[in-house]
Amino acid sequence: MEFNEPAGQNIFDRATIVGKPHQRIEGPLKVTGTAPYAYERHDVVAGQLVGYPVGSTIAKGRITSIDASVARSAPGVVAVVTTLEIDPLPLGFLNVARLFGGNEVQHYHQAIAVVVAETLEQARAAAALVKVTYEQEKADFDLDAAFERLQGTGKPSTDVGDFDTAFANAPVTLDEMYRTPSHSHAMMEPHASIVDWSDGDRLTVWTSNQMINWNRGSLATTFGLDKEKVRVESPYVGGGFGGKLWLRADEVLAALGSRAARRPVKLALPRPFMMNNTTHRSATVQRIRLGATKDGKLTAIGHEVASHTLPGGRGEDATAQTPYFYAGANRRIIHHLVDMNLPESSDMRAPGEASGLMALEIAMDEMAEKLGIDPVRFRILNDTQLNPSDPKVPFSERHFVECLERGAEAFGWTNRNKTPGRKRDGTWLIGHGMAGAYRGGPTLDSGARVRLNAGRLVVETDMTDIGTGSYTIIAQTAAETMGLPMDAVEVRLGNSAYPVASGSGGQFGAASSTAGVYAACLALQRQIAKRLDVENPRFENGHVRAGNTVVSLAQVSADQELVAEDTMTFGDFKKSLLLATFGAHFVEVGVHAGTGEVRVRRMVAVCDAGRILNPVTARSQVIGGMAMGVGAALSEELATDLGRGFFVNHDLASYEVAVHADIPHQEVIFLDTTDASSTPLKAKGVGELGLCGVAAAVANAAYNATGIRVRDYPITLDKMIERLPAV
Amino acid sequence: MKAFSYERAANPAAAAARAAQVPGSKFVAGGTNLLDLMKLEIETPVHLIDVNGLGLDKIVETPEGGLRIGALVRNTDLAAHERVRRDYGVLTRALVAGASGQLRNKATTAGNLLQRTRCPYFYDTAQPCNKRTPGAGCAALGVGAFSRQLGIIGTSDACIATHPSDMAVALRALDAVVETVTSVGATRRIPLEEFYRLPGDTPERETVLMEGEIITAVTLPPPVGGRHAYYKARDRASYAFALVSVALVRQADGAGRVALGGVAPMPWRAAEADAELPNGAHAVMARLLHGARPTEENAFKITLAERTLAGMLAED
Repeated sequence: MEFNEPAGQNIFDRATIVGKPHQRIEGPLKVTGTAPYAYERHDVVAGQLVGYPVGSTIAKGRITSIDASVARSAPGVVAVVTTLEIDPLPLGFLNVARLFGGNEVQHYHQAIAVVVAETLEQARAAAALVKVTYEQEKADFDLDAAFERLQGTGKPSTDVGDFDTAFANAPVTLDEMYRTPSHSHAMMEPHASIVDWSDGDRLTVWTSNQMINWNRGSLATTFGLDKEKVRVESPYVGGGFGGKLWLRADEVLAALGSRAARRPVKLALPRPFMMNNTTHRSATVQRIRLGATKDGKLTAIGHEVASHTLPGGRGEDATAQTPYFYAGANRRIIHHLVDMNLPESSDMRAPGEASGLMALEIAMDEMAEKLGIDPVRFRILNDTQLNPSDPKVPFSERHFVECLERGAEAFGWTNRNKTPGRKRDGTWLIGHGMAGAYRGGPTLDSGARVRLNAGRLVVETDMTDIGTGSYTIIAQTAAETMGLPMDAVEVRLGNSAYPVASGSGGQFGAASSTAGVYAACLALQRQIAKRLDVENPRFENGHVRAGNTVVSLAQVSADQELVAEDTMTFGDFKKSLLLATFGAHFVEVGVHAGTGEVRVRRMVAVCDAGRILNPVTARSQVIGGMAMGVGAALSEELATDLGRGFFVNHDLASYEVAVHADIPHQEVIFLDTTDASSTPLKAKGVGELGLCGVAAAVANAAYNATGIRVRDYPITLDKMIERLPAV
Repeated sequence: MKAFSYERAANPAAAAARAAQVPGSKFVAGGTNLLDLMKLEIETPVHLIDVNGLGLDKIVETPEGGLRIGALVRNTDLAAHERVRRDYGVLTRALVAGASGQLRNKATTAGNLLQRTRCPYFYDTAQPCNKRTPGAGCAALGVGAFSRQLGIIGTSDACIATHPSDMAVALRALDAVVETVTSVGATRRIPLEEFYRLPGDTPERETVLMEGEIITAVTLPPPVGGRHAYYKARDRASYAFALVSVALVRQADGAGRVALGGVAPMPWRAAEADAELPNGAHAVMARLLHGARPTEENAFKITLAERTLAGMLAED
């Protein structure tokens, strides 16, 4: 089914299940510890061995020797595979770091051997016995130096109007540098897989991955297999945040180990490998220049960014929002992708916008102050309903101003202290800040299969649930479309035996996958209508009704399971529109007057993301994004050793994500909007929007509390303490 | 983790004798630090002597009116003890500022004192570390290294790691004494002030404990009164090691005691700095941190220590 024009009035506009609060349907499995996560699937295949990786201890160079003889004869060891024994494996989809094979080292903790043994303890102990020698090469890890070198060079990705002239002539200007550090996804469940390739022919993988079909294709490419011989299952994912979009070393090492040992192998990447072996969000160095008229209209927007990548990668394009977010006739935008010998940078929740808004929304706060205009008002003044970089293209739906106004009202924005450093609560300096949020609203083709049997509906799709609520919103969509109660619907996800769906990422999952399920349900409806030989059937209360015919769905499928499948594809009409999601964040912080510690006290978010399919799971997504934004603002940083070229704080004790004590009361408001150009459900993603702009709102609040502007994340006390007033 | 043998000790003297008899043995109690380090092969004991059954889990009053805290008293129980809360408030506050509820339920008094540094280079066996491998060098002192969390005083050219305990900082302020039994069955009383060693050229030797010697108790002198406070400055509100922590006991006349955590290889206190307390935070830190040798990244700890104490004094 093709979605080739904006949706008209449809069943979702009078929905009784979609858009209503439903607790997640797999919740009982999760809280009882019975949801099968990859590493715990002891029952799926007998005779599992355990693999343990060996990582490179240099950042760049060549391996001159690997001596695994002692490891091979260690207790319990069944097989050892070293990278020198096999040719470099071809790269999977959008991977740029070599996952295994050959003697080249591209980054610290690159996997260079796998030890397979009867137990984890035996594999781990033997892995420590593998002796490796290297020829180290000079390498570059300094992004600041790269920005200095590249500044002003290269071809802009957006060059509209005449930025230089407009900036030079603007009565009020801002020109500042901002920095965001590298971030780790730091999901609770590490990359983990069980792989059975014991016959060297058919490859079966039980893993934790956001994108089943990409993963299947990448496995086929990497190992030179026919895709039909590869089966992937990932029904539950304990957090991904973009770190599990790709094929990673856990699957590759387990597969190689399984082939060598001729038995299934399970392997979880040890926690330090999460930081230095898998992907991360690149650090950014950003220069932002804004020019405005005295009455607050932006006339010039310049955004120049550098981020790091291994050759061929995409880095972190922090300019992602800048072509679209605010009005202004002249803008120049450029992203310098800098090849560096750090681990592979790639997508993390809201790639681009998350880092870009961390900088841009501070710059907007600074500019508002220079102009003497309220920061909310300044953003409203520069709202636009057209793509400012291509004014022929309107936004499909944009309710940014309403987000700002609703948020300001709910937060009590007008009552805040406007003069930095003037409000106190005991030893705490109190500040208020806000920021705008922008994130694209993409959709990807998405398929599903539905089976109706004795009145019960089973939905099968390779869509994943990475903790987001996919199971639940898919059940709601199917129940609504087929006129069935929620408990008559079973959802099966994350299996390559099912139709290819969008997968989870880029906040495209919810909107795309529910559209695909809708398409499959319509195919089933057509089949039922044909079977009953009726026209214009309605599906409600467990029955199909057409004219005088009223038949229960149980009866329709009593003697035979009815199976229908379809894929929702998205037509070209979307190219004439700009689809995006919008939000506004308001934050109150306390800054300790003595130490400079910043603690968040109150948060309000307003989201404009089309129809909210389930306010319970959507809210969970947004408050999770807000928590991640607090981490980004105040503590998260992959600390780079610039001499040795690796992320030093590679565990969850030293890479500090926000903990419960850091997160105060959170309020989330969803605007009651729909976007008919997005999908038949008129929904867009919201999971990444919840992160966008949060860190800048915290930063702006910290400024309001202290009068000290920090443009270098995270905003830790050492960056303020020398400038705080005497205790 | 390397393979190891295991036994349960019958009494402290037997445990100590056994530890001296088996080279490469270690005591295990809560295991909250040791087991992690064994998995990473930073600690590689060949033999573990489980001391959990030694009955050292009681808190009793001493004849002088102080407290004798058994080596195996769990951090949670110590923090919650009525006498500790009433008379040694700085200790309760320090304990609950450390780790997490789950860890405090397992971690013991002696184990807390003996926990190893959290220097990230100590934790990465691919990096040179003099504490792990004497003579290997110190990655934390390398060009471009990450040293923000590390020590500013009492450190050496061989090691700039800090001692991570909060509890020990409070115990230092309270003039606690460590009681031990040696491998030949003798008991020793070691003031906490003399318990830890500075790294010098031998950062692998962290305490004055002898081969096999086992901690049996920590004693607190009779209560000194005053107002007790512990402030732990950190990047997040819980489950983070101190950037700087300050234990403060302050009397009504302005006299008192100050000990610092997060700055040195041991809880950091000096009598001459205590004497400056009536003159304010700047005077105290001028003495207490005299001779500090911070890195560029952690020089802020000097200001932070002073401002943290100043804030505590202002609140008092």
